[in-house]
Amino acid sequence: MGVVASAGPIVQWSWVSSERSMIVSLLLQHIELTVIAVAIGLAIAVPLGIFAWKMPVARPPLIGVTGLIYVIPSVALLSLFAPLTGFFSITTAEVALVGYTLLILLRNTIAGLESVPADAQDAAQGMGYTPLQELMKVQLPLALPAILAGVRVATVTTIGLVTVTAFIGQGGLGQLIIQGFSEDFNTPIFVGLVLSVLLAGVADALIVGIQRISLPWVRRRRLAS
Amino acid sequence: MTVMISFEAVSKHYENDAKNAVENFSLDVDEGELSVLVGPSGGGKTTILRMVNRMVEPSSGRVLVGGQDVAKVDRVELRRRTGYVIQQAGLFPHLKVADNVASVPRLLGWDKARVHARVNDMLDLVGLNPAEFAGRYPNELSGGQAQRVGVARALAGDPPVLLMDEPFGALDPIARARLQQEFLALQERLHKTVMFVTHDVDEAVVMGNRIAVISQGGRLQQYDTPAQVLGRPATSFVADFIGADRGLRRLAVTPIEVGDLYAPPVVSPKTTVAQALVAVEASGDHWAAVASEDGRLLGWVEPGQVASAPSDNGSSTVERYMRPVGAGVSLDSSLKAAFAEMLQQDAAWVPVFDHDRYLGVLTPDTLHAALRRSVGGEPVPV
Amino acid sequence: MNFFSQVAQFLTTSSNWTGTNGFLAQLGRQIELSAVAVVAAVLAGVGLGAFLGHTGRGSFVVLNSANAARAIPSFALVTLIAIQPGIVRLQQGGFVAAAITMFALAVPPILTNAYVGVRDVDPAVRSAAVAMGMTPRQVLRQVEIPLALPVVMAGVRTASVEVVATATLAAYVGVADLGFNIFAGLDTRNNAETFSGALMVAVLALLVDLLLAGAARAVTPEGTRRTTRAARQRGTGLMWRQAAARS
Repeated sequence: MGVVASAGPIVQWSWVSSERSMIVSLLLQHIELTVIAVAIGLAIAVPLGIFAWKMPVARPPLIGVTGLIYVIPSVALLSLFAPLTGFFSITTAEVALVGYTLLILLRNTIAGLESVPADAQDAAQGMGYTPLQELMKVQLPLALPAILAGVRVATVTTIGLVTVTAFIGQGGLGQLIIQGFSEDFNTPIFVGLVLSVLLAGVADALIVGIQRISLPWVRRRRLAS
Repeated sequence: MTVMISFEAVSKHYENDAKNAVENFSLDVDEGELSVLVGPSGGGKTTILRMVNRMVEPSSGRVLVGGQDVAKVDRVELRRRTGYVIQQAGLFPHLKVADNVASVPRLLGWDKARVHARVNDMLDLVGLNPAEFAGRYPNELSGGQAQRVGVARALAGDPPVLLMDEPFGALDPIARARLQQEFLALQERLHKTVMFVTHDVDEAVVMGNRIAVISQGGRLQQYDTPAQVLGRPATSFVADFIGADRGLRRLAVTPIEVGDLYAPPVVSPKTTVAQALVAVEASGDHWAAVASEDGRLLGWVEPGQVASAPSDNGSSTVERYMRPVGAGVSLDSSLKAAFAEMLQQDAAWVPVFDHDRYLGVLTPDTLHAALRRSVGGEPVPV
Repeated sequence: MNFFSQVAQFLTTSSNWTGTNGFLAQLGRQIELSAVAVVAAVLAGVGLGAFLGHTGRGSFVVLNSANAARAIPSFALVTLIAIQPGIVRLQQGGFVAAAITMFALAVPPILTNAYVGVRDVDPAVRSAAVAMGMTPRQVLRQVEIPLALPVVMAGVRTASVEVVATATLAAYVGVADLGFNIFAGLDTRNNAETFSGALMVAVLALLVDLLLAGAARAVTPEGTRRTTRAARQRGTGLMWRQAAARS
């Protein structure tokens, strides 16, 4: 094969070491954008999920709207929100990123609440839990595995989507991609890709770890026969 | 006897159902009594039970607990002082056994030390070692253990009233029988007022001081002691429901009484065969029990058989010819246990003991008489 | 002139619809790109997934790799491929780079669903087929595949919607599809143009989702159609669609 190494070797380590501090700060921005998006997504989706669960009438419109957002391409969604929240603003980026988490988190919250065993709820009422106590101490804790599973999917999805917000001046690691492409230079793109995948992997493992620690009752299996 | 729970002409109607779920239901449960609601599935038993802690509100009529109309009591308040045990135990899967049991005490605002002590007491009470079980999660328990925790949790707030909805219904027969006996022993000590729902007649007769037989639509067919319900079913519904083998069931619920027993002549082991023969002939029987001076049963002897044996001239003691007795039954067991023992040993009689003391024997005749005694005369054929 | 009338004006200007870079040509390219990627992914993914589901061999490795591949941002992949000398030299290098990226995006859901669909065929049905004397090939073709088809279709649908939506990125590497106006508008700060392009892509993605939902329903064997409620809970089903279909 002819070697026309216009894009350079796949990783040029000298570039990585000289740009280390920029890479780190972009990585941190990437994490920040992701964490904010998932946190806001949770703050919206969990109460909405509780509401939709208690009021089945509200479910089709809520799932419908969040589902609609989910289908819209990310680049398009960013641009659709931009006139409202400003082009090239972090708000626009977050609005879009939050929008994508909603469907997953909402569905999982509803599914989690629906999976709470009827007998446990019956027992809670029979023992004199008030509706609020029942929600906080029985229903939500029992819905937590499903909600956390949703957080897992939402987080990994968001990490991938954050790169796209580079088009409106945010993007964390996505900026490396834009830089590499405009300079016809492999290394930044590859670094962005690898760090993004690693970040997704670490986040995934972290959430699984949180699940393990905070939900010991899910993991421990029946010992007695 | 004070009435603890009282249903006054209670009906329950659901909007989407033409028939009443419960129809004009009245019933009194005495303080300290274990009252069983039994009937076919879907008959309204659970609906009736759940009116006591206002999980269901009656459409008409009143439910009184301790003389107070429950409709006038705050329902959360009411439920915290009413124990509630359900079929699947309803344990909270995300809480350890100790936290499950602590639920109501915490709702009642008890302090930590008191809750902790109470949890341990309750686990001990239901036969679960706190050191072993307090830290387990419900999915690490067997069905029987889970249900024990369910009972411990219901008792933790020390409620005067306990509602039990098919509590042992999901257990295998062996675990179920064991939990029934353990719960009865517990009830001996605690004297709670218990309402217990089951669709199983056998469970009803074993558990209940009184049984309310309920047909579709929550109609009360009969409310009486197990022996009366089995011996004198009030309606054809009751007779059908308790089944053709109700005679066998009656054996299970009729206790042995001293007056039921037959007393064969008793001889001491040192009596000669000739003397024993005289005693036996005087009683019109053909055998005698052999008992020691302090009343312990040693065996039995048939002096007539021995006397005709060529090797004996009647002067040796009965000790030599005494035959052993099989296991007897204790006075507080049921006629069924005695009958089972008789069949087991292929014997015509079975000795009855009060602890170690020999009291007499049960024979098929005395057994039959005891059954008739239990319902105050002839059973009513239905 | 306010923003939305600018958008309306852009969308109603006929020169924006015709020509090499007009909406109609863009639409054609976006569909072509998506179709190439999805068809290739179906060819590669369904066979492999069904095989894994049928035998169970090696499924752990393959499925986990597929899952990990989902974490690769398409944006990074498409640009990385596009700047490789071998691709740059091609006449339609951007299209090839985008097609490869979209293929990589489409394979995991298709593969996973084919695997799950075949694996989850009721074992009783499978053993009945074997007991009747069907060969393994017959079991696969006459029992497992028809029963797995709805699940496979759900995977194709997910993949297609993702691909159609993500194909917008191809405009960044020089394929003038529906992303063209979005990026052109971003470059020139023509917000109305960006918004118009975004609107077109959103509409296309929704149409594709609707269309494939219909197709998914059509391939579900009559006897195995689930109740509306169960289907809603299972699939990626969007309820607004059912509501729309009813009204």
